[in-house]
Amino acid sequence: MEPVDIGLWGVPLAILGGAIRVSTPFIFVSLGECLTERSGRINLGLEGTLVFGAMSGYAAAYETGSPFAGVLVAAVFGAMFGLLHGWLCSFRGVNDIAVGIAMMLFGMGLAFFFGKPYIQPVAPDLPALSLGWWSDIPQVQAALQVNVLFIAGGLLALFMAWMFRSTRVGLTVRVVGDSTDAARAMGLDPDRVRLLSTGVGGALAGVGGAYLSLYYPGSWTEGVSSGQGLMAIALVIFARWNPVNCFWAALLFGGAGALGPALQSVGVSEGYYLFFAAPYVLTLALLVMTSSPDRAMQGAPSELSLTK
Amino acid sequence: MSTIGRIPDQDRLTAAQILSGLMPRAEAVLIPLAALLAGFAAFSLFLLALGKSPAEFYALVWKAGFSSAFSWQNTLSRVSPLVLAALCVALPARLGLVVIGGEGAIVLGGLAAAVTGTAVANLPSGLGMVLMALAGMALGGLWIGAIGALRIKRGVNETIASLLMAYIAIALMNHFVEGPFRDPASLNKPSTAPLAEGLRVGDMPFVAAHWGVFAGVVACVLCWILIERTTLGFAARIAGDNVRAAQVQGLPVARLVIGFTALGGAFAGLAGYFEVAAVHGSANASLIAGYGYTGILVAFLARHNPLAILPVAVLLAGFEASSGLIQRRMDLPDATILVFEGMVFIIILLSETLYGRLRIFTPGFWEQS
Amino acid sequence: MTTLKRLNRRHFLGTSATALGAAALAGLARPAIAAEDLTVGFIYVGPKDDFGYNQSHAEGAAAVKEMAGVTVLEEENVPESMDVQNTMESMINFDGATLLFPTSFGYWNPHILELAPKYTDVRFEHCGGMWAEGDPANAGSYFGYIGMGQYLNGIAAGHATKSKKIGFVAAKPIPQVLNNINSFLLGARAVDPEIICQVIFTGEWSLAVKEAEATNALADQGCDVITCHVDGPKVVCETAVARGAYVCGYHADQSPLAGDLYLTGAEWNWASVYTDMVAKTLAGEPIPNFVRGGLADGFIKMSPLGPAVSDAGRAQFEAARAEIMAGGFAVLKGPLMDNRGNVIAADGEAFAETDVKLESMDYLVDGVLGSTS
Repeated sequence: MEPVDIGLWGVPLAILGGAIRVSTPFIFVSLGECLTERSGRINLGLEGTLVFGAMSGYAAAYETGSPFAGVLVAAVFGAMFGLLHGWLCSFRGVNDIAVGIAMMLFGMGLAFFFGKPYIQPVAPDLPALSLGWWSDIPQVQAALQVNVLFIAGGLLALFMAWMFRSTRVGLTVRVVGDSTDAARAMGLDPDRVRLLSTGVGGALAGVGGAYLSLYYPGSWTEGVSSGQGLMAIALVIFARWNPVNCFWAALLFGGAGALGPALQSVGVSEGYYLFFAAPYVLTLALLVMTSSPDRAMQGAPSELSLTK
Repeated sequence: MSTIGRIPDQDRLTAAQILSGLMPRAEAVLIPLAALLAGFAAFSLFLLALGKSPAEFYALVWKAGFSSAFSWQNTLSRVSPLVLAALCVALPARLGLVVIGGEGAIVLGGLAAAVTGTAVANLPSGLGMVLMALAGMALGGLWIGAIGALRIKRGVNETIASLLMAYIAIALMNHFVEGPFRDPASLNKPSTAPLAEGLRVGDMPFVAAHWGVFAGVVACVLCWILIERTTLGFAARIAGDNVRAAQVQGLPVARLVIGFTALGGAFAGLAGYFEVAAVHGSANASLIAGYGYTGILVAFLARHNPLAILPVAVLLAGFEASSGLIQRRMDLPDATILVFEGMVFIIILLSETLYGRLRIFTPGFWEQS
Repeated sequence: MTTLKRLNRRHFLGTSATALGAAALAGLARPAIAAEDLTVGFIYVGPKDDFGYNQSHAEGAAAVKEMAGVTVLEEENVPESMDVQNTMESMINFDGATLLFPTSFGYWNPHILELAPKYTDVRFEHCGGMWAEGDPANAGSYFGYIGMGQYLNGIAAGHATKSKKIGFVAAKPIPQVLNNINSFLLGARAVDPEIICQVIFTGEWSLAVKEAEATNALADQGCDVITCHVDGPKVVCETAVARGAYVCGYHADQSPLAGDLYLTGAEWNWASVYTDMVAKTLAGEPIPNFVRGGLADGFIKMSPLGPAVSDAGRAQFEAARAEIMAGGFAVLKGPLMDNRGNVIAADGEAFAETDVKLESMDYLVDGVLGSTS
């Protein structure tokens, strides 16, 4: 099949394709963080969890030959990191933001430490679905190669929105996030709810990491994440702690990241560092626009140290 | 935590009375020390689980970081950026803000200093150096101060904003170093024009480390005086404990927040200045060395106390200086130090829960026994 | 290997002499020492198994390890900051290293320049070709004319491309990278002058996601052969293969990653260079301060041609390789314009691989889509 000359159409197509390719780790980390923050804690350590998920997922996929085993292992390790964070923060006087930074260092350190033997081997990739069958243009087909985890992330966002709105579990998390005292009065154990929320959040971040090493960019290297876990946490804030918005924010961020290379490929090549900074500038601008000094942020869990 | 033991009667001074006066003060020293030792122990278990010798590990740290004049030089050469970057975390922390983007201020401070350096080549070198340092501090201060302003004026979370701004700062530095400010002669490593010899900062007498270490010590002492001995520092501590109470008392919270973040940023910018003037001789991508992130660790381990930042920075620098020897002698990967730092960091944070809860640090415990 | 080594020995001094003349030899450094145990330190800026730049050096170090009477020290992930000075001093003071190979370009200034005068009985050998008259005599530079390898890559690419559009993922617009891009296109144009090359700069030496996005953007624009100049080509390779594009390798052999889509690759051959330098040191012979070499000198080598290279492609590739091995070959020759319309070489003018003008290259030649700033 011959590539078709698509010229400037390459830019929107790259943004679409980039959004689909790049956004998945952001979706999983931000959904995980959304759950954690809804329970009233912030876990900045998800960057470390993401990196460790990438390493452990890749290692497990290589050793077992199954990429799905990799995803599972990454989720289990992610949950362990999350539970550790949740447990540490359950002690009085321990600051969740600081613990997050420490967990980030710890997770990255362990991932690099144990990941050395897995830089070279080639592990099997996660499969993708071809949703571009209707088009004759190979670029469109390539852009619409959609990984199963991307679809899972989209469904998970919908599920979480429903869970927060209409289920007992969702209500429990929300109550704990909004008022520790009210939760206690209702007979809930806030520390336990937060522990579990952070654990599940960590598991999701681990899955995001497995996507990085097992699909896109598709190999384990020490620079595989380069800050994506931290950015995903930023996305949660301007997604207003709404899971469906987290999904859209992740898509937007992924698409913005594709802008720099795509513009160069059609001849806009000067000042590319500035284009590469576009996702960060965009996120910052959205944060500034949507924040407000006077009232607590709309949708923010009131127990969250981040917004106090 | 602020309960200070009663001053015992001079005439009837007993051991118990001395301890009852001393121990409450000792809490701030003994708990972190114990936590540090617990961190060392935890890391020893990690090494044992891998079949490596903890004794060899700590012996190598001692050898490479502290045992000889060369080791000390190796350690001290890293201290300056760590100390200054830590102040960029510790000062805002006094107001309850967690700023993690000091790396951005270091990189931009270095760029500003290097660009100023080319502009002041014709001035007397002493004046030129001062202008360079001021330029670095000004840009670093503006950069982090803007984060404080965004926080107070728009309610933007400072942790996330500082992180985003660090990415933006690095992109800007790369853009300017490879674009408008590139020295055409810097062929394969795009850099700003090299500094004139007179603008370079040299080593201190008797110590094989550049003057940035001295600047770091002075900065820490000044910050300690600011926080502990001035009304401004007192106001900042109140605002850090409770913003609303501070506002009710009529304290200028907005100005405090902007001032403290800007001052922290200025110190990070100064770190960038020393990296350029004492180490690299020009601004280039080598400025992105991660000191801003290690500085976070230093500040938290020091519990944001400027005087404690100095020993903590020396300790961490010693560990980092030993990384190579540990790689070569023990066949451990370079990430070993990162794992170690993560473990110690976690345990130190966990020890926060002990403050005010251990009875041995109350006067009553000793008076009864 | 043995033939290469012999070749290498024969050409070693010859090349450096043509490169800088006797001036370099005059600056010879250390007094000859007797053949005793030699400790050699290798320092890498990234992981030493990155399928790329660092791996190519680590393969050289592995060859040195095989030599008798030599102890090899290695340290990876050493940033171009005070860290590398500490690493070098630590290797010297604690392990008695007397020959150091700090392999990253940014280690030279200020770090090696700072330490060389302090440790005059240690030899600092830096990869990158920075040594100039007046620099410390116990420091030296070595580098290879790898642009020739990219030219040969280009010939293989020129025969493989159907869209007549080939792609290049590059880190930064510095002379070494620009020379590789230009050589790659000119190789392809030696096959078909209609071919164009799209370049995308990622701005960093190692940034996985951006490299993958750049590769995808190239494929979207119809590039069906892709090569790169980043530290670790693994991501570019795997992404290009996923898009069905052919791959030309760089730094090290990436054929295990690209399979049948691998055409060939421009590889460093540091094993040959390092064993030679260490053998010289063991024998008490001096190493010239300024050493460069190309294909003929065993500094670079090509990956074996892949199954996708046509017979015509093989023939032209081998003919060009023979021409390069004979010496004096010029990739850039007139009439040649850059892609902004400036004249680079007039008719009859040519820059041979050893021409120092190539080392300050700041243009992309006509036919390359992209800009240098």
